[in-house]
Amino acid sequence: MKIKLGLLAAAAAVVVSLPAHAQVEIQWWHSMGGALGEWVNDLAKDFNAKQKDYKVVTTFKGSYPESMTAAIAAFRAGNAPHILQVFEVGTATMMASKGAVKPVAEVMKASGLKFDPNAYISAVSGYYTAPNGQMMSLPFNSSTTVFYYNKDAFKAAGIDAEKAPATWPEVALAAAKLKAAGHKCPFTTSWQSWTQLESFSAWHNVEFATKRNGFGGLDTRLAFNTPLHVRHIENLANMAKQGLFVYKGRNNTPDATFPSGECAMYTGSSGLYGSVKANAKFAYGIAPLPYYPDVTGAPQNTVIGGASLWVMSGRKAEEYKGVAAFFNYLSSPEVQAASHQRTGYLPITMASFKVTEDSGFYKKNPGTDVAVTQMVRKVTDKSRGIRLGNFVQIRTIIDEEMEQIWAGKKSPKEGLDAAVQRGNEQLERFEKANKG
Amino acid sequence: MAAEKRVWFQSRWLPWVLMAPQLAIIGVFFFWPAGQALLQSLQQQDAFGTSTEWVGLDNFRRLFADATYLASFKTTAVFSLLVATLGISVSLLLAVFADRIIKGALAYKTLLIWPYAVAPAVAGVLWLFMFAPSIGVVSYGLRKMGVDWNHLLNSQQAMTLIVMAAVWKQISYNFLFFLAGLQSIPKSLIEAAAIDGAGPWRRFWTIVFPLLSPTTFFLLVINIVYAFFDTFGIIDSATEGGPGKDTAILVYKVYYDGFKALDLGGSAAQSVVLMVIVVALTVVQFRFVEKRVNY
Repeated sequence: MKIKLGLLAAAAAVVVSLPAHAQVEIQWWHSMGGALGEWVNDLAKDFNAKQKDYKVVTTFKGSYPESMTAAIAAFRAGNAPHILQVFEVGTATMMASKGAVKPVAEVMKASGLKFDPNAYISAVSGYYTAPNGQMMSLPFNSSTTVFYYNKDAFKAAGIDAEKAPATWPEVALAAAKLKAAGHKCPFTTSWQSWTQLESFSAWHNVEFATKRNGFGGLDTRLAFNTPLHVRHIENLANMAKQGLFVYKGRNNTPDATFPSGECAMYTGSSGLYGSVKANAKFAYGIAPLPYYPDVTGAPQNTVIGGASLWVMSGRKAEEYKGVAAFFNYLSSPEVQAASHQRTGYLPITMASFKVTEDSGFYKKNPGTDVAVTQMVRKVTDKSRGIRLGNFVQIRTIIDEEMEQIWAGKKSPKEGLDAAVQRGNEQLERFEKANKG
Repeated sequence: MAAEKRVWFQSRWLPWVLMAPQLAIIGVFFFWPAGQALLQSLQQQDAFGTSTEWVGLDNFRRLFADATYLASFKTTAVFSLLVATLGISVSLLLAVFADRIIKGALAYKTLLIWPYAVAPAVAGVLWLFMFAPSIGVVSYGLRKMGVDWNHLLNSQQAMTLIVMAAVWKQISYNFLFFLAGLQSIPKSLIEAAAIDGAGPWRRFWTIVFPLLSPTTFFLLVINIVYAFFDTFGIIDSATEGGPGKDTAILVYKVYYDGFKALDLGGSAAQSVVLMVIVVALTVVQFRFVEKRVNY
């Protein structure tokens, strides 16, 4: 038995050592399932076919939080992947983990490849840039919040289907008509914190959190219990009471309710476009997020979601060269434009937006430019984005308190105050843990 | 039990060698992680473990200052009590009936034991599908009957959902033990009682149930431990602790804080609290409940 094992081990060693000097392998852990997973695999395949020195190996590691946990465990065991896809709410955690990550700007500089952070849309690159101006991670799949509506359902309820409701009062009105026409779910939303509080704040040019939404320092505190926020949540709570807004769960759980036709109006990620296009058996429209017309400065711009690519530390210089070559490939306008058109994620550079526009894509697919035009604006300090520590917990706290509001157990003011207070405890803890 | 059954070993080391595999397993899979949890509960680390700070009892202090954590004790008590009592009584009923079946007993037994092979998270998803407010089969039926099922916002319904899923998964285990217990009761006792004129109801309560008490006691301990520790997969996939925090039992918060929020110190502190609770509960059960058990 022992001899056999020894032989096997020797054979395995030979097999393993053979391709090692031929190609450098780059491990890429991601969270893109289904059609998006194929997209990621195609990117790697295309890059691998184009050159001989490096081989990008993709691994699906589950949902965003799951792959982050997996990478952390791997890092602790000295086994982290080269590239890790991290969702936007994990950004502050990654930025604070200085020993674990290698800034993208540094990786690109060491490789000698040309890399211009200014090529990116500022709302995107700004999000992933450290206070000292260094770009920390590579923008990859960025999305934003948009408004979807079912044109057929609108027609059936006698509403003008070609004119999307632009303001929240118009949404409530349309919802009432839909309900009167017998619709069971006139309006719902996914990612309630992201769409109804975070993007809502930027869209109305008010702060979600102090210190420029966390960009200005770790001593940021939540600020989403202003009269404007309370007014909006009150509106939604009233709609919920009348059956105009039907709560369909946390995170992206409600995503299926729009393409299936169950809910007629929907606020969600622009990344849902691919699924809507493939599955909706009705005419649909995509429109900018509704706003309150009496608020000065609205509409401003919406905030990004999605994920970016982080480079993990502790690898050989040779391997980082490969990472840089791959990032260089991903940054080309053609690759980005193709990705944008395929997935509905944002064209993260102005050049890829131009390429897409020139190809006539937006004319052929009306509504796909909504997310882009919402983002390509001059951002203010209040609308650049939201970057908070322990954001995962804060979002859950918001989910919990909002559910109390929708169920009528707490008033909107009570719920938002409680969410701010509980969320601030998380911010204080993050500040304490990362003060060094 | 007065008779001496003790075996005397000549050698000093042989008993230790014989016990070594078991000791190693307990050491590696219980004492080591438990020790780690104790250590980590006194620390605060960043997500990647690159900086570690000793914070003394800060993690515990923070826990007990958190009103939602204290509320979670009540949720846990309600949940485990429901799971243990329902799980034990339903499976006892099933076992009693299965024990009386003469034809096709094997098929019944197999079907009843089946759910045990299902992973908790899968069980959660299964029940979630049936009760999904808009597309679930059961919620559709309930709506026809005039019940508006929406566990996304209704706390009682959410609790009902996870209790059902947790009980369903545990019934098989309980059933197996009850069936074995029933089969080991001498038929002569029951026949004698029947000859004396005792009906089935009386026979069950005066003969069968007392003779099953060791099994019932064992299952009580096991089911409480199950409800405390093994159910976070069900909760995560079915309700995520919602609505609000109304189905967030203690172990779910351990899982959430440790694996989703990456707060290992806080999560470890909660594990230590849980460990203390379960040790205390088990002691109580052995001190007080066991006195009423006839072996």
